[in-house]
Amino acid sequence: MNVREIRELFPILHQEVNGNPLVYLDSAATSQKPVQVIEAVDRYYREYNSNVHRGVHTLGTRATDGYEGAREKVRKFINAKSIEEVIFTRGTTTSLNTVAASYGRANLSEGDEIVISYMEHHSNIIPWQQVAKATGATLKYLPLQEDGSISLEDVKETVTSNTKIVAIMHVSNVLGVINPIKEITKVAHENGAIMVVDGAQSAPHIKIDVQDLDCDFFALSGHKMCGPTGIGALYGKKHLLEKMEPIEFGGEMIDFVGLYESTWKELPWKFEGGTPIIAGAIGLGAAIDFLQEVGLENIEAHEHKLAAYAMEKMSTVEGLTIYGPKDSSQRAGVVTFNLNDVHPHDVATVLDAEGIAVRAGHHCAQPLMKWLNVSATARASFYLYNTEDEIDKLVSGLIKTKEYFSDVF
Amino acid sequence: MSFNNLDTLYRQVIMDHYKNPRNKGVLEDGSLTVNMNNPTCGDRIQLTMNVEDGIVTDSRFDGEGCSISMSSASMMTQAIKGKKIEDALKLSKIFSDMMQGKEYDEDDSIDLGDIEALQGVAKFPARIKCATLAWKAMEKGLNEDNQ
Repeated sequence: MNVREIRELFPILHQEVNGNPLVYLDSAATSQKPVQVIEAVDRYYREYNSNVHRGVHTLGTRATDGYEGAREKVRKFINAKSIEEVIFTRGTTTSLNTVAASYGRANLSEGDEIVISYMEHHSNIIPWQQVAKATGATLKYLPLQEDGSISLEDVKETVTSNTKIVAIMHVSNVLGVINPIKEITKVAHENGAIMVVDGAQSAPHIKIDVQDLDCDFFALSGHKMCGPTGIGALYGKKHLLEKMEPIEFGGEMIDFVGLYESTWKELPWKFEGGTPIIAGAIGLGAAIDFLQEVGLENIEAHEHKLAAYAMEKMSTVEGLTIYGPKDSSQRAGVVTFNLNDVHPHDVATVLDAEGIAVRAGHHCAQPLMKWLNVSATARASFYLYNTEDEIDKLVSGLIKTKEYFSDVF
Repeated sequence: MSFNNLDTLYRQVIMDHYKNPRNKGVLEDGSLTVNMNNPTCGDRIQLTMNVEDGIVTDSRFDGEGCSISMSSASMMTQAIKGKKIEDALKLSKIFSDMMQGKEYDEDDSIDLGDIEALQGVAKFPARIKCATLAWKAMEKGLNEDNQ
């Protein structure tokens, strides 16, 4: 994998921010887009923009082929059995909400349990809070180990025969930890529960095989994996999706409409009410082509290397705390930290003056912040286009931040 | 180094208020309590005020946040002490205009004092909400009291 060549494909990276070359370390929030994706979306709008699944005309057919072709790319990318199991959504949040609103509300009642963990993103917490409120089910939290990881012992302790849904993130957007989804799924299934996986932070970085994981649902976002914003996918096992009711009703998703009753299209279209996100899906398809050309295993190895390098270099900065597992082989390219006596907002502002983009705040994980006993943290996240040189810049930026704040006091 | 620009944000007087906050704490017998947070970043403030005969007689703040939000809270509590409700609200309007980079009303009767040091925040759009948090809390509390 040649990072220099890869960087050439990302036009946005070649600019100065506040007088310095941009160092983009916020890919966990959203990734940058390669020229292939930008051009695929551009080409769709310039050459064959048309609605799908209805036009007899040529452009309509081209648009449908593009849209459905992208679905097949997603299917292959996550190794789903059939395209019936791949639903296009607006992103991970919509995917998880679909499972909660459709499967959750229909199948849960008082006495049932939903198990999530303390490290979840808000999008994998609140839909379940709402299901619990609506059905009377109980929401239970898996505790975390000292280093922020999940232990299987705790999973076995928390998941019981009353548990109907286990919903866990694959990779933490804060701790970077990669959770043992396959093993957790096994425990869920042994107890008769279904397994829902928030794959927003894993799909961009590690090879996903939903059949191997054996999870029942898997949610991903296109914009975190080099694709456009506003497109994502929900994978679901066919036998579950078949029994589920749509949550959005209207055009595109119907089979027959009567005055008082209607029937739905077959899978996956019954879950795609309204004109779908055609350009987004086509862009996501181009992103998947790009990622597969580079190779997910190469991307994963590159990120492990960057995470290890970053943890080593950052730990030399006095007064800097890194959250999450110390062992970089256990984590993806996310390093969350705090600098003594400097609020993460101030860290991010000083780094920004150096052209370095990091995230500061609670990272949509307030329960986790509470568990870490911090109100906010700063986060650097890496992707296939980042370099060790950029991490060096981050580290010297952090040293300058410290100096700046000790000077002004 | 491009830190010259940062100096317009992190002025000495701001850092002084951050490190040595004035009126930090809770007024146990406060007549008004307002809790407010900035949901995008996790900053939070609890503002307690005493209002007697339409005058803010005392004010304290508690909470956590960055240098800008905490120093702004410190300055605000100082500035409103002894002011009539309407003058405190007028000051809040001036501050809001200042943050948006608008021309603000330089009313001779209102001394901005340390608050002027926060002027530089206007050049950092991402940080304006940090600076205005305590002021929003004050406005909310006094507006409710005024009704």
